[in-house]
Amino acid sequence: MTEIAEPMQAAAPMSTSRHTGEAAMKRLRQRYAAERRFKIYGILAITFACAMLAILMFTLLKGGVSAFWQTEMRLEILIDPATIDPQGTGTPAGWDRGAFQTLVNDALYRDFPEVSGRLEKRDLRGLVSPVAGVFLGKVLDKNPALVGQTVELWLPTSDGINQIVKGGIDRDLPEAQRPINDQQLAWFSQLEQRGDVRTTFNSTFFTSSDSNYPELAGLLGAAVGTLLTMLVTVAISLPIGVAAAVYLEEFAPKNKLTDLIEVNINNLAAVPSIVFGLLGLAVFLNFFGMPRSAPLVGGLVLGLLVLPTIIIASRAALKAVPPSIREAALGMGASRLQAITHHVLPLAMPGIMTGTIIGMAHAVGETAPLLMIGMNAFVTQPPTGLLDSSSVLPVQIFIWADKPERGFVELTSAAILVLLAFLITMNGAAIWLRKKFERRW
Amino acid sequence: MMDTTTMTMPTETTATQPVKMSAKTVKVFYGEKRALHGVNVDIYQNEVLAMIGPSGCGKSTFLRTLNRMNDTIDICRVEGQILLDGEDIYDPRLDVVQLRARVGMVFQKPNPFPKSIYENVIYGPKLHGLATRKDEFDAIVEQSLKRAGLWNEVKDRLHEPGTGLSGGQQQRLCIARAVAVSPEVILMDEPCSALDPIATAHIEELIDELRESFTIAIVTHNMQQAARVSQRTAFFHLGDLVEVGPTEEIFTNPRDERTQGYITGRYG
Amino acid sequence: MSATFTVGLLLLLSAVGFWMGRTRAVTVAGGRIATLHSVPNYYGSFVALWAGLPALVLVLCWMALRGPVIDWLVLDGLTPEQVEIWARVMLPPNDLSALLANIAEETDALTETHRQLLLININNLAAGQAQYVNAAVVGAIQPAADHLNSLRNLANWTLFAAVAALSAGGLAFTWSRINPSLRARNNVERIVTWLLILCSTIAVFTTVGIVLSLLFESIRFFTKVPVTEFLFGLHWSPQTAIRADQVGSSGAFGAIPLFTGTLLIATIAMIVAAPVGLMSAIYLSEYAPKKVRGLVKPVLEILAGVPTVVYGFFAILTVAPFIRDMGAAVGLSISSQSALAAGIVMGVMIVPFVSSLADDVINAVPQSLRDGSLGLGATRSETIKQVVLPAALPGIVGAMLLAVSRAIGETMIVVMAAGLQANLTLNPLESVTTVTVQIKSILVGDQEFDSAKTLSVFALGLVLFLVTLVLNVVALRIVQKYREKYD
Repeated sequence: MTEIAEPMQAAAPMSTSRHTGEAAMKRLRQRYAAERRFKIYGILAITFACAMLAILMFTLLKGGVSAFWQTEMRLEILIDPATIDPQGTGTPAGWDRGAFQTLVNDALYRDFPEVSGRLEKRDLRGLVSPVAGVFLGKVLDKNPALVGQTVELWLPTSDGINQIVKGGIDRDLPEAQRPINDQQLAWFSQLEQRGDVRTTFNSTFFTSSDSNYPELAGLLGAAVGTLLTMLVTVAISLPIGVAAAVYLEEFAPKNKLTDLIEVNINNLAAVPSIVFGLLGLAVFLNFFGMPRSAPLVGGLVLGLLVLPTIIIASRAALKAVPPSIREAALGMGASRLQAITHHVLPLAMPGIMTGTIIGMAHAVGETAPLLMIGMNAFVTQPPTGLLDSSSVLPVQIFIWADKPERGFVELTSAAILVLLAFLITMNGAAIWLRKKFERRW
Repeated sequence: MMDTTTMTMPTETTATQPVKMSAKTVKVFYGEKRALHGVNVDIYQNEVLAMIGPSGCGKSTFLRTLNRMNDTIDICRVEGQILLDGEDIYDPRLDVVQLRARVGMVFQKPNPFPKSIYENVIYGPKLHGLATRKDEFDAIVEQSLKRAGLWNEVKDRLHEPGTGLSGGQQQRLCIARAVAVSPEVILMDEPCSALDPIATAHIEELIDELRESFTIAIVTHNMQQAARVSQRTAFFHLGDLVEVGPTEEIFTNPRDERTQGYITGRYG
Repeated sequence: MSATFTVGLLLLLSAVGFWMGRTRAVTVAGGRIATLHSVPNYYGSFVALWAGLPALVLVLCWMALRGPVIDWLVLDGLTPEQVEIWARVMLPPNDLSALLANIAEETDALTETHRQLLLININNLAAGQAQYVNAAVVGAIQPAADHLNSLRNLANWTLFAAVAALSAGGLAFTWSRINPSLRARNNVERIVTWLLILCSTIAVFTTVGIVLSLLFESIRFFTKVPVTEFLFGLHWSPQTAIRADQVGSSGAFGAIPLFTGTLLIATIAMIVAAPVGLMSAIYLSEYAPKKVRGLVKPVLEILAGVPTVVYGFFAILTVAPFIRDMGAAVGLSISSQSALAAGIVMGVMIVPFVSSLADDVINAVPQSLRDGSLGLGATRSETIKQVVLPAALPGIVGAMLLAVSRAIGETMIVVMAAGLQANLTLNPLESVTTVTVQIKSILVGDQEFDSAKTLSVFALGLVLFLVTLVLNVVALRIVQKYREKYD
């Protein structure tokens, strides 16, 4: 040691007092206060995130659960052949479907014979759904023999009544702030006292498609649209993604080109989704002339969108398979492709599937790119093919969120609940898959 | 300085010096697994105690209990007593931050912070409020680096990153960093295992000098190193402290045959 | 003959090819499989690939090209008289006179917009949906609709025949070449390797496609509106008239208010997301007991998985009214589409993103640095603030840049919660609009095909793409460099 080590000012006994003396203790208390503050910031951050999720879920549940129930009223409807079949054809083909609503209204007038006058009658009609005739039509389609008879039917009430019964709108509000006036409320109370009102499970929500009337609107069309779109997305992105991952991870030489591909994939994963929508619009719709609003185009766009996710996840899964497996296969005289298809890919499969499911869950919730290619179509029938006009769940939510009626606010929340349930199931499946096949080498 | 060491007369040192730290039936558990089975050992003031033993024998675990670095591992649990100047350091009233200021540590791999050399050294003093003015800090930096034998090499580039030094220099920087806090005890966990022989020789010399002002416990893999730097040696085997005694005695006349087996190289 | 049927045929022939190839390989080997160069399945795959791939390429090319070609043929088949009859009914007077003048000179008379309109009419008619077509023009364009149907039919049959021939040809040719010394495995593997390469370049083609389509349409936009006006203009009002003959309808395309609006909302989002995300990552990785981590991680994962349309609904239903009421309580009038509401909700959306990136980055800081600091008697928070965070700084900066890029490109929250009016303001209580909102609102709904309004969308898209691209490239590079440092 060439340097002269001078004795420290702080010799051993003094250092003891330095760390245990009064000043040191005071400083220590301050330091611990800072420590506590810092920890509290962390807890606050976590609490904020959790609280946001809680508020979000609470809002949705509070607003959405009631949409699974629908208020109905009992009416005795005289199915007058003269009204619904003015030409007297005697077959369902000759029915005037607009007249079904007239029958419903007539039944209502008979229930309240004291009501007269045009305005009062209009108010009375406001009790029952303006599309109750559609439900009547469905019953008659099933059983045409009912024509000419009087049938007792449970039909949906109007949205205003429905909201009042389910508590979405307060009965005690001033009249001007309710969609239902005092007179209507009084008539409705009579119905309630007679036992002619009930609340049932809203099966329409799951069996019908979009409508301008909340009582008639359902998710089926959007759900089928989502299903078709996702089929195309998986069919595009899974094979291409896995193939790309296999090439980049197992075959690709390390050169400028593969570097470029790699950088490109990472960047593509962070490109705003709406830009993919513009790509779809410019290339698939305008250049190739594919139809607007079609699940095929939506699936293609989303396929390209999730492709980077799947490639990245698949590469990670392939990388996790130890080289010894490949060497063992190659040592047995297998070709590289054989080693990969027979040994590496099966072992990487759970990881690839997990990545794919997570990518799909992402795609299921995508809205913006689909709006660009017109998947906000008003679709009253579920699409039957890949080229039909279609909507998807998140776009349906977006459309309903724009509508002012109270009934649609409720439906929006309910649709979100369905979508979230779906997404959580998918993510749960991915986590389960990861846990089940997790392997430590 | 070398000639003033008491290597040749270890017993004399231990007899004249008070006990600085003392472990009483220390048991350490990692979850269900017991890593130490009840270790009893005293560390005397101003001595270098070397801990040797085959890997996985618990010597590093024991060292880390001495300043409660094991607290950072969730599943780790310590039983028994460790006294520092007669105070139990696992007493809930005793503060772990204060403890670590008094019992410093140098790690196996040099771990300078990604800051300048200067900032590395004043990191501890700043935390503990040992200085407030710039000239005080400057003095601490100079003294600490001198004690670590690094001053001449780095005095012109104190504001360059500490990570730019060579491995041996980095480790000496870490020693300077520990010394700057003015601890009472310095724990060293295989401080030379990542270094080349020349850097190792440097550090060993340094340890011997530091003994003047500090109490040092060092874990080492290298028996020659233990023989060179320590006054007393403890031999650990499979979580047991097999024997502890003056270094000379352990190496020339071990009482336990496991110790003998290890130092004659039958296993290790 | 639908395309589905054609693809079905193709798959069938491939399957048959596989079986035939395999059988023939076994036959030529005379029962001694070992004499074959490859196992029989490879001979089967070899034949199947040759039967399937060339024909598949043909199908894809046909799908890509049939639309434009058929459209061109159909329009070409219309006589000027038929076009004139259609135009007299369907076009506004100004456009009509321009068109009539052009028809007389026999130039390509229709503008792009009118061409599309005419094609839509013809398509509807051809699809048997005459109710969507003005009855007065049905007579004039009925021949074109029939022509369209016959062309489609012809194209489908031609494709079917071509696919059948190509597939069968490939099958027969490779089948006849099978002999024991044919290196079937090597051939198959070479083809498969090329397919893999092709797949890995799709991502590159996607980027190229994005750049080209945005650039191409943007250039068309910049021929109508100067680049400088677009980039530096202070007034944005793209509401050009539906018909060109309406007055006062040129529109203004200065995008500065959109850029400031986007930045304002992104800034608010980052003010929420950066501290919350970073602190939750720090708390989870450095402090939280295992149980808390096990509870909070899924919460963050759910927040990350919530679709943005749901956040948008949350913003309009809960957050915006709440902020407006809060403002009213202290006497502030806050727009119900305030930048603040959109920004806060966007911040909540980005929290899990920041948190998971920061978590990765913080965990990459070696434990030895923490030990070194704790060993000197630092508290946890001192260690984090003075050692871990400075060491992780580049990674954290990278993560924040990625989050900003995310905020800028986010669409649904702002579409639902922010306004449409392009106000040039930095007041978070006012309503602003963003680039993505404008893209959405211009493209959804009625649109002309080559008006400055529609094309402006692509210029906005181009700016959006370039800005996020630069942010992403820089961020990813920083993060990568940072990872390498501690690997």
